[in-house]
Amino acid sequence: MSKLLPVPSRGMIPERDIESPPVLEAIHLGVDFGGLVAVDDFHLLIGRTEISGLIGPNGAGKTTVFNLLTKVYQPTRGTILLGDKDTAGMNTSQVCRAGIARTFQNIRLFKDMTVAENVMVGLHHDIKYHIPGAIFRVPGYWRQEKAARGKAKDMLSIFNMQDMGDIKAGGLPYGAQRRLEIVRALATDPSILLLDEPAAGMNPSETAELMENITKIRDVYQIAIMLIEHDMKLVMGICEGIAVLNYGKIIAKGTPAEIMSNPVVVEAYLGKKEA
Amino acid sequence: MKQTTNKMPMWLRYVINIIVFFVLFGGSTGLVNSSIISTYYTRIIVLCGINMILALSLNIATGYLGQLPLGHAGFMALGAYASAIFMRSVTVSPSAIFPLGILIGGVTAAFVGFLIGIPALRLKGDYLAIITLGFGEIIRVVLLNIDSVLGFKFTYGAASLKNIPKTTNFFNTFLCVAITCFVIHTIMKSRHGRATLAIRDNEIAAEACGINTTYYKTFGFTLSAFFAGVAGALYAGYIGVLSPSAFGFMKSIEILVMVVLGGMGSMIGSIISATALTALPEMLRAFSQYRMIAYSLLLVIVMIFKPTGLMGNYDFSLSSLIGKIGGKSKPKSKTKTKPEKDGETNE
Ligand SMILES: Nc1ncnc2c1ncn2[C@@H]1O[C@H](COP(=O)(O)OP(=O)(O)OP(=O)(O)O)[C@@H](O)[C@H]1O
Ligand SMILES: [Mg+2]
Repeated sequence: MSKLLPVPSRGMIPERDIESPPVLEAIHLGVDFGGLVAVDDFHLLIGRTEISGLIGPNGAGKTTVFNLLTKVYQPTRGTILLGDKDTAGMNTSQVCRAGIARTFQNIRLFKDMTVAENVMVGLHHDIKYHIPGAIFRVPGYWRQEKAARGKAKDMLSIFNMQDMGDIKAGGLPYGAQRRLEIVRALATDPSILLLDEPAAGMNPSETAELMENITKIRDVYQIAIMLIEHDMKLVMGICEGIAVLNYGKIIAKGTPAEIMSNPVVVEAYLGKKEA
Repeated sequence: MKQTTNKMPMWLRYVINIIVFFVLFGGSTGLVNSSIISTYYTRIIVLCGINMILALSLNIATGYLGQLPLGHAGFMALGAYASAIFMRSVTVSPSAIFPLGILIGGVTAAFVGFLIGIPALRLKGDYLAIITLGFGEIIRVVLLNIDSVLGFKFTYGAASLKNIPKTTNFFNTFLCVAITCFVIHTIMKSRHGRATLAIRDNEIAAEACGINTTYYKTFGFTLSAFFAGVAGALYAGYIGVLSPSAFGFMKSIEILVMVVLGGMGSMIGSIISATALTALPEMLRAFSQYRMIAYSLLLVIVMIFKPTGLMGNYDFSLSSLIGKIGGKSKPKSKTKTKPEKDGETNE
């Protein structure tokens, strides 16, 4: 695992990414729900191929951060830079096209569609033919549909799901649904992938396999991955940088080793959890 | 690489469907022309076809887009009046120009559908139902009063728009049903159809996959309105006289019942129930006063025993049926629809 280096904007990025600009930067990000300050003064810098973790107690605002980054909620204040692009004024689908993909804590698959079709929805912009092309079934339609099917199958093989293409997504076991959601997100060709509790509901062996696969995805697709997770073994095992959130504020940032020995973190979160 | 469960190659499926289309088309046209099917029955069959297009078009908005518009008759009215006014004004042979009249009906309805869709689709569920209900009534009231208010001689209000060339026949209705089925089918089995269904299944997830939900909702709504307009144009050429009262709230409900009964999201379901709900009341003329009771009762029964409608979201596939009879390939969720043949099941 590569070393983390501090950079001028108070972030930490891996050594190997130091030459390239960060993929994502959040500055002073915050959102209020009525009177409740759900997230405040959120700073984040993520390197081009970094795997980072966002942890914190229940209700700390982790999912809300993901919802801000993907514009499911419009931030009340602050800036989100994707590479050198400011995402101000973008909506969820535009942010996705700009390079942020995500999964959901409460799985959101297209249940009535097959596994392959779910992935092909992710490939929507990879396929180019227009509506008349579909109606008149131009050669490009057949070619691109076939290519998309093949690509969906290839991507499903990351999780060894290539033979499940024709199953209805809603009929998959829980763990497989989570994995399918990751594949669907990957299909949108992101530069950063946000995973909201990817191991929730998985058994230890599934979790171990998932850990390997997350690293593999980063290596193969050369993208950044940020994950929210309560399973400390997973977080400490694969994340290079970790940010700890409590009551909507970042209370600590650093490498897994630093986080585990940080007394503030231990008190706010880890200590209670392990007890 | 894929398509393992359905062994039949794509081109073969197309050949089969095209052959079936021409056999049915030729056969039934022959029957009609040689007067084996009487004029009376032909008229019922044409009405079935018109209602099929109505049900299929509403099915786009309810079944595929997951919305509940209650003003579908309004789009039908727009198509009917636009086409009728055009047809009355032309001097050339009406039957030759009728395709253009149909297109004008469809485009007018689509244009208004587009305008209504943009604000209406920002609302969800009940609100969309109410706004479209209001829209349907507005159309009816406008058609009723526009002449007397503005001093036109356009719609003739309650006095009815008369002397519309009766250009609708078995031939052009059959073609329109076939084209409607084909266009809806090909769009739904494409990346655009997947995007539409994704929005229905989970809007936030669809957006997070980069799908422009506003675009596809508006598109679906516009397409739905277009085919309702086509049905309206056919209706105008069928009945010859238009009065706004034919396009009231009850008509919208009637179309909705066809869709719900057949199964939301199922083209073959829409077709079967449109045929049944058109043909049966005609056949049972004597009991016509019980028609609305029968409708409601039927709906209640279906909702209790099969809430997804008769066909669920199943779609008929001729080629997989042949495959099944041949005893090889399993039924598959991705199927091919070719439902045109229901046009004459009701003799
Ligand atoms: N749309 C909303 N309206 C009002 N309050 C909200 C909304 N979304 C989140 N919150 C509040 O913001 C806080 C943070 O919620 P969030 O879901 O981000 O927590 P979390 O860190 O993801 O917790 P968990 O580990 O349980 O998933 C909670 O107090 C929650 O009630
Ligand atoms: Mg959460």
